[in-house]
Amino acid sequence: MIAGDDPTLTASLLYLDGISVSFDGFKALRGLSLVLAPGEMRAIIGPNGAGKTTMMDVITGKTRPDEGDALFDGRHDLTKLDEAEIASLGVGRKFQKPTVFENHSVEDNLLLATKAPRSVFAALFGREERSVRQTIDRILATTRLGDQRACVAGSLSHGQKQWLEIGMLLAQNPKLLLVDEPVAGMTDAETFATAKLLREIARDHSVVVVEHDMAFVRELGVKVTVLHEGSVLADGPLDQVSADPRVIEVYLGR
Amino acid sequence: MSADRLGLVFVVVLALAAIAVPALSLATPADSALNIPPYLVQLLGKYLCYAILAVALDLVWGYCGILSLGHGAFFALGGYAMGMYLMRQIGARGVYANPILPDFMVFLNWKELPVAWWGFNWFPYAMLMVVLVPGLLALAFGWFAFRSRVTGVYLSIITQAMTFALFKEFFRNDFGFGGNNGLTDFKDLLGFSLQSAPVKAALFSASALALILAYGVARAIIGSKYGKALTAVRDAESRMRFLGYRVENLKLFAFVVSAVMAGVAGALYVPQVGIINPSEFAPANSIEAAIWVAVGGRGTLVGAAIGAIAVNFLKTYFTGAFPEYWLYGLGLLFVLVTLFLPKGLLGLALTSREKNPYATAPAIAVEEGADP
Repeated sequence: MIAGDDPTLTASLLYLDGISVSFDGFKALRGLSLVLAPGEMRAIIGPNGAGKTTMMDVITGKTRPDEGDALFDGRHDLTKLDEAEIASLGVGRKFQKPTVFENHSVEDNLLLATKAPRSVFAALFGREERSVRQTIDRILATTRLGDQRACVAGSLSHGQKQWLEIGMLLAQNPKLLLVDEPVAGMTDAETFATAKLLREIARDHSVVVVEHDMAFVRELGVKVTVLHEGSVLADGPLDQVSADPRVIEVYLGR
Repeated sequence: MSADRLGLVFVVVLALAAIAVPALSLATPADSALNIPPYLVQLLGKYLCYAILAVALDLVWGYCGILSLGHGAFFALGGYAMGMYLMRQIGARGVYANPILPDFMVFLNWKELPVAWWGFNWFPYAMLMVVLVPGLLALAFGWFAFRSRVTGVYLSIITQAMTFALFKEFFRNDFGFGGNNGLTDFKDLLGFSLQSAPVKAALFSASALALILAYGVARAIIGSKYGKALTAVRDAESRMRFLGYRVENLKLFAFVVSAVMAGVAGALYVPQVGIINPSEFAPANSIEAAIWVAVGGRGTLVGAAIGAIAVNFLKTYFTGAFPEYWLYGLGLLFVLVTLFLPKGLLGLALTSREKNPYATAPAIAVEEGADP
């Protein structure tokens, strides 16, 4: 995309090399390698159990890999940091099941996500800055939740919760957004609108989207990586990947 | 009535009680219908101390989802710190007339005052310990528990274990805090006799003020952005981690503040009941405190205080009328509240008129997964 062509940003934003993870003998990831350039948007597809969610867990510090390197921004070793540290480096994550603070208003959900000092004392005594209010207004507009501003998040529809969670990621203003199945359970119209939203976001963020929905992936129009049994099977543009006999085998064969 | 209005009413009622109860106790003749006898002043003061404990527990349970079943330990530690001061105030008036050593130490044939007792003859130091000992215990305990991500029922169980361990330890004579008899026979506080009606009235007022203060602090915490973060941890802990919050620190702060409140409650309780012994650490005491909060309404603060006062009023009545059935009554009450009043007495009153923003919000209008 845009920033990827920028000659000053040659180093990778996310660098995974030979990552292996096993749970009780089951190898969820085996030698997974993936490089993401700054500003790039990438779609990850793969059948169930291919290791997509485990890969997100490794990147965000929820799961420690048994072996392999995971570097962020070419400097930070993700295998040594915990969730909060990785989040403050600028990695945001959207869960598969929409996870918002159901008892807080939409506005408070965004307020909590907004980039600001995270310490107890900053939260106790900190003043709300004007810029925070502006960020929230901007995100409410982007995610089309302006009318629901004061509503309790638990009262939103499924699609609106997905958008709110994406909005919370934006408020966090991360360098890298990891988005896990953002259109699961959405109508076609919502799916289309979500694709549009993610393309907008990708203009100034790096994004990794995990998704099953091929129509949605096509709508994104980005490079695709196919995972299978814990490692990369193929990557490239969607048309090229979907014509690959090995990919067809994995999806249709067996 | 909104939560804010309710809180204001609560504070005003307490402030009035802090003035009216001593006035009615001291300024009316003993045979007047309005007179509040000293024993009743003391009983009400005791209820207020329980109410402070309930507010403290509600801060961590209702707003952060930490069901501590060990808050009785913080209460008792505050109580012991106060008790140690009161013991040293007895001085040479004890049975053995030792000016330095409390009676139980003379009885055990000890020659010197243990280091842990040094300084407790000085009131400000004792008050510092009232705050510091429960606070530091909560800090150490919480630091390990929250860092190891012990949550839910597992956390409740280890808090029970904590209070049980202290219960056992304080029973031992050579632990140095009076063994199973605990500390008692107190004479005076700051030079005023604990038996006198004005001191009882003053302790009641102090308890009412402490409850106002505890409520005010808790309300301020809940109202801040930190309070929002706290309830967010309660509702979606991992989301908070992935947003970059150090969840363990958020929890730890609330836990320590809550433990300090519980310690202050214990310190006010001891001079009013005249004794502190290891039974205050009994695991059942902490569970009872959780029942007060559940009955009154978790996540409401005012409800927790009302629950503590109401349940203890019932307890006083029941243990007088049918002593052997009280525990069954308490158990039944808990079951009934859990089944029919999941938000407690106050939660019911609040939700019927206006939505309580901190209670679990039901999905309104749109079902999950439906079109927007």
